Amino acid sequence: MSSPTEGPANTGSFVTEEALRRLKKRHGAEARFKLYGQLAIGIAIVALVTLLISIFGQASSAFSRHVLSYDLNIEASYVDPDGTRDPDEIARNVSGFNLMLQDQLADEFLPEDADRNVQRELYGMFTRLAVLPIARATADSPETIGSEQIFNVALADDIDLFLKGGVSARKSIEIGEVAAGEGAIESGVTLTLASQDATEKLGATLTELTRTDVDNAPAVALIKAGNTWYRLEGSEDRNLSLTYLAGPRMLPSNGAATEALVLAQSQENRTVTDRQIAWTEILRAQGRIKSKINTTLFTNSDSTYPELAGTAAAIVGSLLTMLVTALLAIPVGIFAAVYLEEFAPKNKLTSLIEVNINNLAAVPSIVFGLLGAAVFINFMGLPRSVPLVGGLVLGLLVLPTVIIASRAALTAVPPSIRTAALGVGASKTQSVFHHVLPLAAPGIMTGAIIGMARALGETAPLLLIGMVAFVAEVPDGPMDESTVLPVLIYKWSTGAERAWEPQTAAAIIVLLVFLVLMNLIAIILRRRFERRW
Amino acid sequence: MLETFGHLPVAWLLFAVLAAAAFMAFYVGRTQAVGIARGYTSQLNSQPNYHGYFVAMATIAPAAIILFLYLLFGESLVRAQIAGELPERIRALGELELGQYIDRISEHATRRDALATGNALFDATSDRYTDLVGLSRIGAILLAVLAAAGGFFFGRSRLSGDFRARARVEDGIKFLLFLCAAIAVLTTIGIVASLLFEALRFFSRVNVFSFLFGTEWNAQTGADFGAIPLFFGTFLIAFLAMLVAAPIGLFSAIYLSEYASPRVRSIVKPILELLAGIPTVVYGFFALQFVAPIVRASATWINGLPFIPDGFLAAQPTSALAAGLVMGIMIIPFVSSLSDDVINAVPQTLRDGAYAMGATKSETVKQVVMPAALPGVIAALLLAVSRAIGETMIVVMAAGQRAQITPDPTADLTTITVQIVALLTGDTEFDSAKTLSAFALGFVLFIVTLIFNLIALRVVKKYREKYE
Repeated sequence: MSSPTEGPANTGSFVTEEALRRLKKRHGAEARFKLYGQLAIGIAIVALVTLLISIFGQASSAFSRHVLSYDLNIEASYVDPDGTRDPDEIARNVSGFNLMLQDQLADEFLPEDADRNVQRELYGMFTRLAVLPIARATADSPETIGSEQIFNVALADDIDLFLKGGVSARKSIEIGEVAAGEGAIESGVTLTLASQDATEKLGATLTELTRTDVDNAPAVALIKAGNTWYRLEGSEDRNLSLTYLAGPRMLPSNGAATEALVLAQSQENRTVTDRQIAWTEILRAQGRIKSKINTTLFTNSDSTYPELAGTAAAIVGSLLTMLVTALLAIPVGIFAAVYLEEFAPKNKLTSLIEVNINNLAAVPSIVFGLLGAAVFINFMGLPRSVPLVGGLVLGLLVLPTVIIASRAALTAVPPSIRTAALGVGASKTQSVFHHVLPLAAPGIMTGAIIGMARALGETAPLLLIGMVAFVAEVPDGPMDESTVLPVLIYKWSTGAERAWEPQTAAAIIVLLVFLVLMNLIAIILRRRFERRW
Repeated sequence: MLETFGHLPVAWLLFAVLAAAAFMAFYVGRTQAVGIARGYTSQLNSQPNYHGYFVAMATIAPAAIILFLYLLFGESLVRAQIAGELPERIRALGELELGQYIDRISEHATRRDALATGNALFDATSDRYTDLVGLSRIGAILLAVLAAAGGFFFGRSRLSGDFRARARVEDGIKFLLFLCAAIAVLTTIGIVASLLFEALRFFSRVNVFSFLFGTEWNAQTGADFGAIPLFFGTFLIAFLAMLVAAPIGLFSAIYLSEYASPRVRSIVKPILELLAGIPTVVYGFFALQFVAPIVRASATWINGLPFIPDGFLAAQPTSALAAGLVMGIMIIPFVSSLSDDVINAVPQTLRDGAYAMGATKSETVKQVVMPAALPGVIAALLLAVSRAIGETMIVVMAAGQRAQITPDPTADLTTITVQIVALLTGDTEFDSAKTLSAFALGFVLFIVTLIFNLIALRVVKKYREKYE
């Protein structure tokens, strides 16, 4: 556009101040309008990225687990009290193994006369079923009974969460050396710090972590002097009054290094107690706590304990359900599309079927669940919670999608192919099945896979046909009680314990991986085999 | 019970036998045709293969029909027989309780590990039920075998030199294709029939008007069935979702079709469509874990402002706003891709005309393209609303369970779909008002979304014709 001042004289009315201002305003409006568009796309992309980041962030901690590597003395009196050495008996004796682990832990960490509550705190660092793999390993090789074996014992989910940085906001600081320590382990210790600076640093950190907005409860500090852990009860100048928590039961020697672990929440407000934290820190300092890849997520079935729950049964359930869905939706969908596109006469009935299919594609998925509950379960008497019923419901659900995609693929085949086939004497059916359908196959398969991907992510209709049941075993076949991945995600997300959150996010990632794979296959099919006419 | 034969399940075995029979029939038919032509197959009207297909079809079809009918009606036949055999005092119970009694018997009989209950009549009936089911299965299989044999001989008898085997086979194929297309219609009929049937049973116990216009909902206790709070929650959340999805979706569509370079378009469009491919349960988790706490914290912060009365916002851990926002994100691609199609369908000549008059791009969009595309855009929005109303998982996870009417979006509200899930999850009996109310809600949901869809699809179709 040439600048207005260069224009011929008779366009003067267009270059008045007024006109220039109007033009500027219009261009401003133009720029704003464009910006709105960019903003809209930006918001959508930010939302997608936030969603993915929040889920991957949550899930990252579920892909690894902390275990305690422990020298366990397999004592026959616990694990095989009758002396039968029968593998089945040993594998079933979970409580014996549990008792053995508890007693050996108590020997190492607790005094003889320990309080029952303290014992419970120690045992609470492991779940009851953490000994299950130990029992199985011992049952497989009974000759190890009586010897010392190194096992990885899974820590309880809360301890795991603590080790991953959860449970409570915290800060670890060094507070110099011990100048003097007096008192008794049982009744309370008074520790004098060497430097005034360190005392102030401790005070400042305590104030910093005290969250006034939530509960107004002051932050607490756990003090490590030497290898012994204490809880800070109060301080005066450089003197800290402490209660013993864990570690060697002796007063710190002068000059021993001290550290403080300041936690924003006191133990009443969190799931891990002060003493458990102290034990965890001691074990970590000894290098006995290791982080391992969480294979249970893929090998185990559902469990009431998050640290033992896995997706194996749900993955198999999903595959079985998809199998039924594919067997129903793909052939029926393709045949229906072939009929409508190639054979159907143009009459009222055909247009009714067409309108019907378009509407069916937009019916809420939960309505299909109601259909399944009423027809398959109530009327036909099929069992609840089985992949057969789930697959049938999802098959009907994705049928319109498959039909619409297949029809699009069939329309894309040019009529010249059909007329050429008819011209050399093929019947209508032969021209369709021998020529049109093979040419449309890539497009049809792409549509079918996308329909399957939709079925794989569907949750609501399956809730209504009872696939939400607790299933602890990998299903054997389409008539076996089972659950599917999205329903498992829903169930885990309703779990009360915090540890279910990363677990749920991890299950979502497993589901997303399957979906991405399916879509990749669809894209590759399209890229490789799609023909442009 | 005749569920397994040796180690093989009977159903699979039957399938294998039918397939084998089809192969055999094919070869017999083919050989016979070759025999008729004495080797000069060009003498035949149709190729020998088609004769083979014809005989195979004649063999399989009747057997398949009989087995299918058995699948549909076999159990009800057995139940009718059992009902007839029961002593008078139990038959006098009335239809409903009799049905329940037989349900218990059939459940007991089909459980593999079931033990005798000690109730002589119950155990005897249960055994009788098992026998009858076995008997009916054997009967159905025998009948199917007979029908297959009959079909086979019929098929063979038809073969001759000028028998139009190919035409017959193709008629059969066409009929099969038609049946497949009809399944879609049957599904709709099934949906309407089952929802209507159960809803009518519900309305025989609860007044239609007190359901549609009542304001108290306590279905779990079976006390109150006034669905207005659910309708309110559903539409409030759908409204919130549209507040997010409509502007973002529409502006993205306009930008992509009018401003973006082909390169940007080819990158951004698939990204937007990714949003549509994410399962709703994932959105639900996102809403529950990420958005709901933010909504709650913001509401608490607003409550703490000096000029706001105490407890102005409910600030619940699950809220209509959290569900609505996330649902809006989910719906963005529906709005954008549908509007994109509509905007692209507006003829280029209209735009060129506007540019020729000196209009800027945005003026062209606002004053020429959008008015021309308006019906289509409205249809797209209607489809999106229908999607929002029927969406389940996000609201189940993030909207809450409390049936209340409040304009406060930070309160927990419940919706039609949430209640359907709540009422039908777990053990359900199909004869309590509680369960049936879920079907009544489903019926309302179906009708409402159907109306939206019908209008939208009609408008889209009309619109397409206009510019073609």
